Amino acid sequence: MCETCGCNLTQANEHLLAEDAKLAHTASGREALEVLSGLLAENDHQAGHNRDHFDHHGVLAINLMSSPGSGKTVLLERTIQSLGEEFRLAVIEGDLETENDAQRIRALGVPAMQITTGSACHLDAHMVHQALHHLDLDEVDLLFIENVGNLVCPASFDLGQHLNLILLSVTEGDDKPAKYPVMFRAADAVLISKTDLLPFLDDFRPDQAEARIRELANPAPVFGVSAKTGSGMDAWLAWLRQEMAAHKARLGRSPELRSEDWKHHRHP
Amino acid sequence: MHELSICQALLRQVEDIARREGADRVTKIILRVGPLGGVEPQLLQQAFGFARVGTLAAEAELSIEEAEILVHCLDCDAEGQALANRLLCPVCGSYRTRLLRGDELILASLELTRTTRDLLTDSEGYEHV
Repeated sequence: MCETCGCNLTQANEHLLAEDAKLAHTASGREALEVLSGLLAENDHQAGHNRDHFDHHGVLAINLMSSPGSGKTVLLERTIQSLGEEFRLAVIEGDLETENDAQRIRALGVPAMQITTGSACHLDAHMVHQALHHLDLDEVDLLFIENVGNLVCPASFDLGQHLNLILLSVTEGDDKPAKYPVMFRAADAVLISKTDLLPFLDDFRPDQAEARIRELANPAPVFGVSAKTGSGMDAWLAWLRQEMAAHKARLGRSPELRSEDWKHHRHP
Repeated sequence: MHELSICQALLRQVEDIARREGADRVTKIILRVGPLGGVEPQLLQQAFGFARVGTLAAEAELSIEEAEILVHCLDCDAEGQALANRLLCPVCGSYRTRLLRGDELILASLELTRTTRDLLTDSEGYEHV
């Protein structure tokens, strides 16, 4: 796929920066240069590229983020079991080590690429791009990118996804959105997971979690699900179907209008 | 932890610009970071101390301007400051607000020097080869 995009993006960035930069001389003989470019320009550029690839192949990409152990992989397993006949799914798994999660997904007959980040606490757009080389996007409708379990670092790196899905398990505090505002502000949907445990955890109130999300000026839908019992899965799957249809409709529009839609996902 | 990755990306960008401008040294880097930018200025400073070694910015000062959060209310049209985890309208309390400022993560400007040219320029300002 990179015959068309050309993956050497550092040079492309240099060129972009050259156009914006302004030079001025200070009294001391030093030169002050106004740059005004995003600190993550390199990553954002690659992310834009990834998004173009997804759009070109008609794929909806969802970045799945949460703390470690909130049930991301089991949610994906249940979702695959429910939607596997309807859509062609694929998964990119991000973990510091092991191939375990990708093996769980492959066991369900769905292509899965494992990215092991080593010590890196997040996925970035370049890692996702490399993983895309191993997936045939023409055979995919819906791609989940399961990020490294972490509520801080992944929030800073655009991967080229169309939507951010955040899991918050009931074994965590219901004030998590207030503690991690950068992450929860970017959510397009929040799933409160492991709701089968709610009877044992009387200090987690889903309405309080939702209130903290609203305080971040985020109107994203909040669903309670238990991947274990299946409770609440219908509402989540209905939202996914709706987003798949909305994405198809968007892809029918001009590229300029489409990129407007994702502006709020990008960092300046 | 991701502050180190961000620092490395910053330094790549800074070195590219410095080389393009023919500078041999970067003396100051000025960033603008908002509370919703996703980085801790203090951690960024620490990471910078390690990441800058061996680069054109090895002796550069990193200056981080911290921006304020400013929201615009879609219901009552008011504008005002807000807290990172409370982005409600400061006037009517609505959550239907749009962030105007506060998620910046910007390389604002650089200060560069050209040591070699300074040494080769005589008192009348002529350059020697």
